[in-house]
Amino acid sequence: MRNDLSIVLCGQAGQGIQTVEYLLTRIFKLAGYNVFATKEYMSRIRGGTNSTEIRISSGFVRASVSRIDILIPLNQGAVQHVEKRISPQTIILVDKETITDDFDQTRHKFIDVPFTKTASEIGNKIYSNVVAVGTIAGLFGIGLQTASEYVKQFFSAKSDDVVQKNLAAAKEGFNLGAGLVNSSKIKFDIRNDADVKNQILLSGTEAVALGAIAGGCNFISAYPMSPSTGVLVFLARQAKDFGIIAEQAEDEIAAMNMAIGAWYAGARAMVTTSGGGFALMTEGLSLAGMLESPIVIHLAQRPGPATGLPTRTEQADLELALYAGHGEFPRIILTPGNIEDAFYLTQKAFNLADRYQIPVFILTDQYFMDSYYNTACLDLSDINIEKHIIKTDVDYKRYKLTANGISPRGIPGFGEGLVVVDSDEHDEAGHITEDLDLRVEMVDKRLKKLELLKDETIPPELSGPDDYKNLVVCWGSTYNIVREAVKNLGRDDIAFLHFRQVYPLPNETSIYLQKAQRTIIVENNATSQFAKLIKLHTGIDIKEKILKYNGLSFYVEELTEKLNDLLN
Amino acid sequence: MDTQIFDMANIDIAWCPGCGNFPILKILKQAVAELGIEPINLVLVSGIGQAAKIPHYFKTNVFNGLHGRALPPATAIKAANPALTVIAESGDGDMYGEGGNHFLHTIRRNPDITNIVHNNMVYGLTKGQASPTSQKGFKTPVQVNGVFLEPFNPLAVAIALDASFVARCFAGDAEQTKEIIKNAIKHKGYALVDIFQPCVSFNKLNTYQWFKENTYYLEDHDPLDRQRAFEKAIQTDELPLGIFYINPEKPSFEENIGTYQEKQTPLYRREPDLQKLCNLVDKFKILI
Repeated sequence: MRNDLSIVLCGQAGQGIQTVEYLLTRIFKLAGYNVFATKEYMSRIRGGTNSTEIRISSGFVRASVSRIDILIPLNQGAVQHVEKRISPQTIILVDKETITDDFDQTRHKFIDVPFTKTASEIGNKIYSNVVAVGTIAGLFGIGLQTASEYVKQFFSAKSDDVVQKNLAAAKEGFNLGAGLVNSSKIKFDIRNDADVKNQILLSGTEAVALGAIAGGCNFISAYPMSPSTGVLVFLARQAKDFGIIAEQAEDEIAAMNMAIGAWYAGARAMVTTSGGGFALMTEGLSLAGMLESPIVIHLAQRPGPATGLPTRTEQADLELALYAGHGEFPRIILTPGNIEDAFYLTQKAFNLADRYQIPVFILTDQYFMDSYYNTACLDLSDINIEKHIIKTDVDYKRYKLTANGISPRGIPGFGEGLVVVDSDEHDEAGHITEDLDLRVEMVDKRLKKLELLKDETIPPELSGPDDYKNLVVCWGSTYNIVREAVKNLGRDDIAFLHFRQVYPLPNETSIYLQKAQRTIIVENNATSQFAKLIKLHTGIDIKEKILKYNGLSFYVEELTEKLNDLLN
Repeated sequence: MDTQIFDMANIDIAWCPGCGNFPILKILKQAVAELGIEPINLVLVSGIGQAAKIPHYFKTNVFNGLHGRALPPATAIKAANPALTVIAESGDGDMYGEGGNHFLHTIRRNPDITNIVHNNMVYGLTKGQASPTSQKGFKTPVQVNGVFLEPFNPLAVAIALDASFVARCFAGDAEQTKEIIKNAIKHKGYALVDIFQPCVSFNKLNTYQWFKENTYYLEDHDPLDRQRAFEKAIQTDELPLGIFYINPEKPSFEENIGTYQEKQTPLYRREPDLQKLCNLVDKFKILI
C-alpha cells in the first residue's frame, strides 16, 4: 500500500481536465491530504493531448514524478501520450464505452469504469467529469459529504438543476470508487495531515501576483504571453480591490516603457512576460538602467529560441536576463524555488528596485507558474513596503552625485523641485550632456550601486549535512525536485545548494563549492548557463552537469537515477 | 504667468539657426504660461531626435525617454498622477515611424495628454533621410530616386481611430498655433497637434515659403463633424490647418480604469490594504 500517489488525468484541451483537476485538488485539500499538481499542455485551445498530474501524500509533496499510480484517460490516444510513464502497477481507470483504443491487457492493468454511462443516466454525459471526481473521492474514502459540499460550492452560480445533477454525478461516482475498494481491486493508505487544513493551496502564478500586491504594486502593464499571463490576469481581477492599474499594452515595448513612466510618477510598477516578449523589453530595460528607474520584471521562461515551445518549460533565459540591455548598469536576478519564495521575493523585489533604483528580475518558468501545492499560510506580519521617494526642494537634482551612487529619488508634483530624467547621458540635474568627464562620473555612480548589491545578496540555501562530500547545485524552479531526488538517494555524504538569487552571485558561493569534493549542477537548459555564471564570478568550473531541455521539467525519479549514476 | 518661468539659464541649444523648433519652443512656453500651468505640475515627455530635445530647453519636469517611446510613459505618468499636465512631444520620425504602434494605440486608449508632433517631413538628427511624412519624389541620401512610399497621414489615421482631438498648425504662425495648443491642453482626452515645421538644413522642398503657399486655415468648419474632418484630413493639394476634429464625449483612460472613481489621490500617496490582502490569502485555504 502506498502512502504517496500520483494520479494523472489525460485528455484533449477543452474536455474538462481543468475542472476535474480543480475539483480534485481542492477536495483533497479539504479532506486534509497533502496535494501537489502540475500540468503539461499543448499550445492549442481545443484538441491535442494534455495531462495533469496530481500527487497526494501523507507528508509534504511538492515535485513532479514520472510514475503514474492512477491514470484516467479521457480521450483516444491518452494512454499512448503518457505511455513512457506507465508501469505494470499503474491502474488505468478507463471508460471503455468512450475510449475504444485497442489496449494491451497483458501489459497494463485496466479497470473499466462507466463514467459516461453513469453520467448519461443522470441526464447528460457532460457530467462524466464530475462522476470521475466522485470516483476518485470514493477510492480514497474521502467523505462523500466533503466532496459534495465542494462540488455544490463550485457550481453555485449555476441553476439548481445543474447543481443537483452534479451532486448526483459526484454521488454515483463516489459509489463506483467505493465499490472498487470494497471489491479489493484497489487499496491505498494515505493518511490525512492535520496541518493541511490551515494551509493554503497556491500556484507559482498566484504567489508571484500576491507578492506583487504585498510589495505595493499598483501598476502592471503587460502583453499576454504564456506562461507569464496569469500574473496580469490575477492583478487585473484584484485591480479594483487594491487600486491597481492593470493595462494590456499594445506590445511589450509599450508595456516596459509604461512601467518606467509609472515609476517616474510615483507608482510601483511591474511587467510580466516571457522570453520573446522580454526581448522586446530590452530596449526599455536599458532605459531603466540609464534613468536609474526602479522596475520589477517577472520573466516566466519557456523554451526558445523564437517562439520555441510556447506552453513548455525551460531555464534558458538566465543569460538573457543577465545580459539584456545595451550599456552597463546594475541589476538583480531573483529565482524563487518554492511557492513561499515566489511570494516573499516578489514582495522584496519592489523594495530592492525602489531602494537601489534598478531593474529587479523575478525569473520563473512554466513548470513553476503552473504548479501548486499546499503550504503554510503566508505571514504578512513582517511585510514592509519601503518607499524611497523624497519630497523635493527647489534645488533638487535627480542625479546628485553621492558617496554610494544612490541619488534621492523625487517624483514630479511632490515638492518644489523639478524632476528631469533623460535617456541621454546627463548631468546631475538630468539634462543632456556630452561632458566626457561627467560621463565617467555618471557611469561610476551607476555601477557603484553594484557594490552595494553584492553586500546584500540572498545567500543560497544548503540542505543536507554540513560535512558533505558531494554537492548538488541548482537554482529557481528545480528546488523541490532536487530536494526529493537527493532525499531518495539516502546518502549521508550529499547536500544540495539552491540559489534563490543568482545575480549578483552571493558571496558565500565559493565557500560552499570549495568544500565539496564533487559538485554536480542541475539545470533545465542545454548549456548550463548558471555554471557559466558561477565560473565567471568564482573561477570554479563545475564539470558534472545534469541538463534537461526537452520542454519538460525534471521528474524526481529521473533526477534520482541520474544522480545515482554519477555518484556510483 | 510670465513665460520666463520656463526659461533655462545658460543653455547651449543644439538646433540649427533658423530651425522651426525655435518658434515652437517659444509658442509652447507662452501657451502653458497663459494657461497658468506651474512648471512643477507640468511634465514634458519626449523621445529622440532634434524635436525631442525640446524638454532640455524648458524648465519643467522632463521625461526624455527612448526613440519612438514617448507615448507609453506619458500615458503611465498621467495615469499614476492625473493632477499633472502631460505633454508628449517629438518629431514625425519618432512619433509616426519608430513609435507608430504606440501612436495608434494611445489614440485608442485616450489618456488625457497632449501629443505635439514637430512635422518637418524629414529626419534631421540622422542627417536628411526620408521620414514617414516625406512627400513622394523627395530625394535624400538614402531615397536616391525620390521617396515612393505613400506619406503617412497622421490626421486621417487619428480621425479614423476617433481620436478625441485632432489639429494641425504651422510653426510660422505663432498666434494661431499657440491657441490651438492651448485648446489641445485644455481638452480632456488625447489631443494630437501636428505642427508643420521647416527643416532649414535637410528639407529644401518644404520651406517656410512652401508651407505658407500650400496651407490654409479651416473656416466654417464644425470640428464635431467627423466625416467632414476626415475629408479635410485627406486633402493634399492644399493642406488645411486648424482644429479638424473633437470628440468631447469620450471618457479618458484615467476615467476608464476606475482607479480614480472614488478618490483622486495619486498612486504615490496610496498604501495597499494589507488587511484585504490577508483576507485574499485566506481564500486560498479553500474552506467550505
